[in-house]
Amino acid sequence: MSAIEANHLTKYYGKARGIIDVSFHVDEKEIFGFIGPNGAGKSTTIRLLLSLIYPTSGSATIFGKDCIKYGPELRQEIGYLPSDVFYYERMKVIDLLKYSASFYKQDSTQRMHELAELMELELNRRIEDLSYGNKKKVGIVQGLLHQPKLLFLDEPTAGLDPLMQRKFFQLIREENQRGVTVFFSSHILGEVQKMCNRVGIIKEGRIIEIADIRTLQQNNYKKVRVAANGLDATYFDIPGVTNLEHSNGVVHFFYKGDINTVMRKISEITVSDVTVEEPTLEEIFMHYYE
Amino acid sequence: MRMNIFQQEFKMHLRSVITWSVSVAALIFVFVSLFSSFAQDAALLNEAMAKFPKELLTAFGMNGVDLSTLLGYFSFAFLFAQICLAIQAANYGFSLVSIEEREWTADFLLAKPVGRAQILTSKLLAALSGLTITNMVVWISSFGFINLFKGDRTYETKPLLLLLLSIVVFQLFFLTVGLAVSLLLKRIRSVTPYAMALGFGMYVLSVFGDMLGESTLEKITPFKHFDPNYIIQHGAYDLPLVMISVAAIIISLVGSYWLYTRRDIPSVT
Repeated sequence: MSAIEANHLTKYYGKARGIIDVSFHVDEKEIFGFIGPNGAGKSTTIRLLLSLIYPTSGSATIFGKDCIKYGPELRQEIGYLPSDVFYYERMKVIDLLKYSASFYKQDSTQRMHELAELMELELNRRIEDLSYGNKKKVGIVQGLLHQPKLLFLDEPTAGLDPLMQRKFFQLIREENQRGVTVFFSSHILGEVQKMCNRVGIIKEGRIIEIADIRTLQQNNYKKVRVAANGLDATYFDIPGVTNLEHSNGVVHFFYKGDINTVMRKISEITVSDVTVEEPTLEEIFMHYYE
Repeated sequence: MRMNIFQQEFKMHLRSVITWSVSVAALIFVFVSLFSSFAQDAALLNEAMAKFPKELLTAFGMNGVDLSTLLGYFSFAFLFAQICLAIQAANYGFSLVSIEEREWTADFLLAKPVGRAQILTSKLLAALSGLTITNMVVWISSFGFINLFKGDRTYETKPLLLLLLSIVVFQLFFLTVGLAVSLLLKRIRSVTPYAMALGFGMYVLSVFGDMLGESTLEKITPFKHFDPNYIIQHGAYDLPLVMISVAAIIISLVGSYWLYTRRDIPSVT
């Protein structure tokens, strides 16, 4: 049984596009990455699955049950960390967490304190006095304290410092090892690559690719920039090279294939500077559309 | 009904409930305490008022009010209490759901394992409990201050009871209509103007209706359905008009549940 199964989900806000004909499935116990630029429809998809909004057409099931009809029951097993965290400003952190815990059947007090300690959260401060990063930590604790079986993480690392990000990823991996399914939405390719087994790529409301993360990495492009005196761009015109550009003695191109081929070509000339880097997600998307 | 939501909501209302209750009690106190000085010159006052333009008296809810009797005078004071109660109830109605969407806390609440109807019921009951506290304060201060300042005058209990009993329906009207209107709108940036417009607007409508001798306007405003002067003078409700209020409450409630369970919760981006 799939943890999530989306069947031709479509959502329009009036005339504005949300998502169009989105279908995918997430296996139990996997970490599924959901990547796309801002406004592509990542949050819309998650909000549909949580029935915060209702689809224009199509349907979805979670653990085999319709996500709208059985919404309240299903949400007992779901943890949700929204991309922008907002809580009742005048409450203290501890009161908010207790309020959150009061919705679930089991007693979550112990787990709540464990998580708060791990995330170094000060429980007696008021929400309104917290920085964005600290509010995010509140979000993480309230999303995990009831030990859900399915986690929706919508841009979870925004606002967290690198140290906290690492702790957070560690935490998510541990949860996953305990059997938790994770739906991980992000526009940062790097963190998705680190965490996920499979990824779905969404652009302008449509799924354009669902692939194993390894396949995607093998298909990955490198962005190469070579600066050398008297360099002719045609020198790099070899199979696998695209978007070859030349300006002021600097050659840019994308390369897909065995990186050693390019390295050998570069080593044969005298260069003043070389960079080889991961293309940005936007640049990868451009390739998906070529 | 979910107890935890109810408690949370009730706590969030509490400060406002206390403020409104104290204000309305103070208003009743000020009016009723002035009664004895009014009553001494009541005959004179009634005579003077007869000379005022009818429109002016109507605007202040004093047309046909007999200030020389205790309850006649109180019905005049009660009108101002009604305006406060209307704005308070409308305020709770408009903010009931919209506050979560304005402050983006709706995602937190609706991602919990609760159905929307349950959320709405819990919120409504919490708001109604708050309004009931204010209601009780009006009862206590009305009876208390009337008896404190009545001197050796007497009054009939029944009309006063009827007047005070009308509060709950009056509050429900503004609570539920406010809620229903808020759900028809996509987003409410600030609740106060809406609550003022509904609460005070209904009062102005009833005044206009009186001034223009227009009887269709009185059909929609609870200030007419529960006209204090009418209730005191007749010792009864104008039942057909009361039924309009009741019908509006039922329609607003059904509509609110229908709209809220189908509502798309707006997101930040």
